[in-house]
Amino acid sequence: MDEITAGLSEIDCDVLVIGGGTAGPMAAYKAKMKNPDAKVVLLEKANVKRSGAISMGMDGLNNAVIPGHSTPEQYTKEITIANDGIVDQAAVLKYAENCFEMIQELDRFGIRFQKDENGDYDVKKVHHMGTYVLPMPNGETVKKALYRQLRRARILISNRYMATRLLTGKSGRIAGAIAVNTRTAEFLVVRAKTVIMSMGAAGRLGLPTSGYLFGTYENAANSGEGYAMAYHAGAKLANLECFQINPLIKDYNGPACAYVAGPFGGYTANAKGERFIECDYWSGQMMQEFYKELQSGNGPVFLRLNHLRQETADHIEHILHTVERPSRGRFHEARGTRYAQTMIEMHISEIGFCSGHSASGVFVDECARTTVPGLYAAGDMASVPHNYMLGAFTNGAIAGEDAIDFAAEVDFDAYDRADVLAEQERVLAPTRREDGIPPNQIEYKVRRLVNDYLQPPKVSKKYELAQQRFAEAREDMEQVMVARDAHELMRALEVSSILDCADMAACASLYRAESRWGLYHWRTDYPERNDDEWKCHVLLGKQDDGTMGCEKRAVQPYIVPISDDEKDAYYKQRITAEA
Amino acid sequence: MPLANTSTSVPVVVDEDKCIADKGCTVCVDVCPLDVLRISELTGKAYMKFDECWYCMPCEADCPTGAVTVNIPYLLK
Repeated sequence: MDEITAGLSEIDCDVLVIGGGTAGPMAAYKAKMKNPDAKVVLLEKANVKRSGAISMGMDGLNNAVIPGHSTPEQYTKEITIANDGIVDQAAVLKYAENCFEMIQELDRFGIRFQKDENGDYDVKKVHHMGTYVLPMPNGETVKKALYRQLRRARILISNRYMATRLLTGKSGRIAGAIAVNTRTAEFLVVRAKTVIMSMGAAGRLGLPTSGYLFGTYENAANSGEGYAMAYHAGAKLANLECFQINPLIKDYNGPACAYVAGPFGGYTANAKGERFIECDYWSGQMMQEFYKELQSGNGPVFLRLNHLRQETADHIEHILHTVERPSRGRFHEARGTRYAQTMIEMHISEIGFCSGHSASGVFVDECARTTVPGLYAAGDMASVPHNYMLGAFTNGAIAGEDAIDFAAEVDFDAYDRADVLAEQERVLAPTRREDGIPPNQIEYKVRRLVNDYLQPPKVSKKYELAQQRFAEAREDMEQVMVARDAHELMRALEVSSILDCADMAACASLYRAESRWGLYHWRTDYPERNDDEWKCHVLLGKQDDGTMGCEKRAVQPYIVPISDDEKDAYYKQRITAEA
Repeated sequence: MPLANTSTSVPVVVDEDKCIADKGCTVCVDVCPLDVLRISELTGKAYMKFDECWYCMPCEADCPTGAVTVNIPYLLK
């Protein structure tokens, strides 16, 4: 295994889904259910059984809009406010209207959701305004339940194939994708009538404070290929300057986690054990207060459960140590920390792109369509904000059902053979060198530079310096990077995505000359929010001359109105001193 | 520039007495999201070849004989 083997095979399909984590399997399943005669292929860099953000499971739904507890309109309003007004509400509203049906479908798949003694969904309040958090008592079974459905529906699964570039056709439509086997370096060209990208977050952008390249908040396999591939195919990407930065257990880099601990009375505290934020729901505005406290004389910041009854703290500990990130228990065991006894030190994560918690992503409409005809995006890499796992499922389903209809109307668009040959050359270049710089060193350097220069607070001059350093790293990557086997080649290709994402993060951040979304886009040389000029999307894309550029795009008129006295609710996070 | 082999302590440990990779099992290798496990040609047992671990634990959870243990990588322990 891992020896580089020459070779190229080609397959055709109606719908190609790239990424088998959360949104992807659901997209493939829904497409196949709507047209059982269609050929649906699911491509995955790892193995669909255990890939993606929910590899081990998920302890609950963070954004469940359930009749009797909340309405789609309330949810749309909350997310509009949480995302500082930069929201095309149609997509959020469509999600909110469809997500309850998805919960019921997941229930039929065997994934259970917590109910109270009356048999009603036991929804908890964690957000600033509404009630949307629903625990999943057997959340460790999610991937298994999904996989069962994929097998039953006879979806064609290709594991260990890493997509590297999309193919666009002569008429401007999507035409397929090129992938490379991560264990043999053999190529696979998939000709497709439509392509759905569900390739997760750009989680390996910043470097965790531990310095361990793979100790990221996001699954470290999610290295931003989706963003890079969409960019190179000419799709627009939205609001990449709205970084993801999350509150985490210091060093462990797993969520803290407000959604689990909050409903039981756990909270984020300063070193004095005092609450300093009203609401632990993750938003840029909340993270701004978190960051301020971390830097202040009251810092650092802690997860506080040690005021609760022992049984309650132990119960929370049990959930946190068994479902989403089960190695957390081992981390605390080695440190001798028990939640019932001591406050647990927290920190902020490295930066990344992820609409699951934030907003940056490939620009999509309410049907998950990107700006390239026939190309869809769903899940953490698409631009629907604060979408979480249920958003990935729901919008994956929307993408699958829209794509299968699109595929029925069109034939394959012809692509240029030269594009495939050029991509083969690009991919294999690091394997043709005898020595040079290995991918891990270039990756470390790029991500260290991301931390040094891109991590908020954002300073214009530092961003310009970052762009110079990234250009030098790109030169190294293109001229002297060496990969000695197929596994190292996968890492080399990931470096290319990481560097593309770093360039995009810098470009988009410099363009938006204001501060917005709290810590996510805090520019110290433009410290104020400027609604007159910047209450709009920033769309990044490849320009006609091949360079990276940005443009403004108006936010679509709101469907659910937001009044002036509500629009800044998420800026009222700080608990003011008690008399 | 020439390359060096720098040693690193890896977080995933396989109990070779319990591991049945020599009987054809490849479960841990198959499920790893980062693809860092391999079967040793020397011993016929699974081992961690690449220090690129997200300490997510499918290898341990899905191992049919309980041979795999995931530890926290030293840098963040």
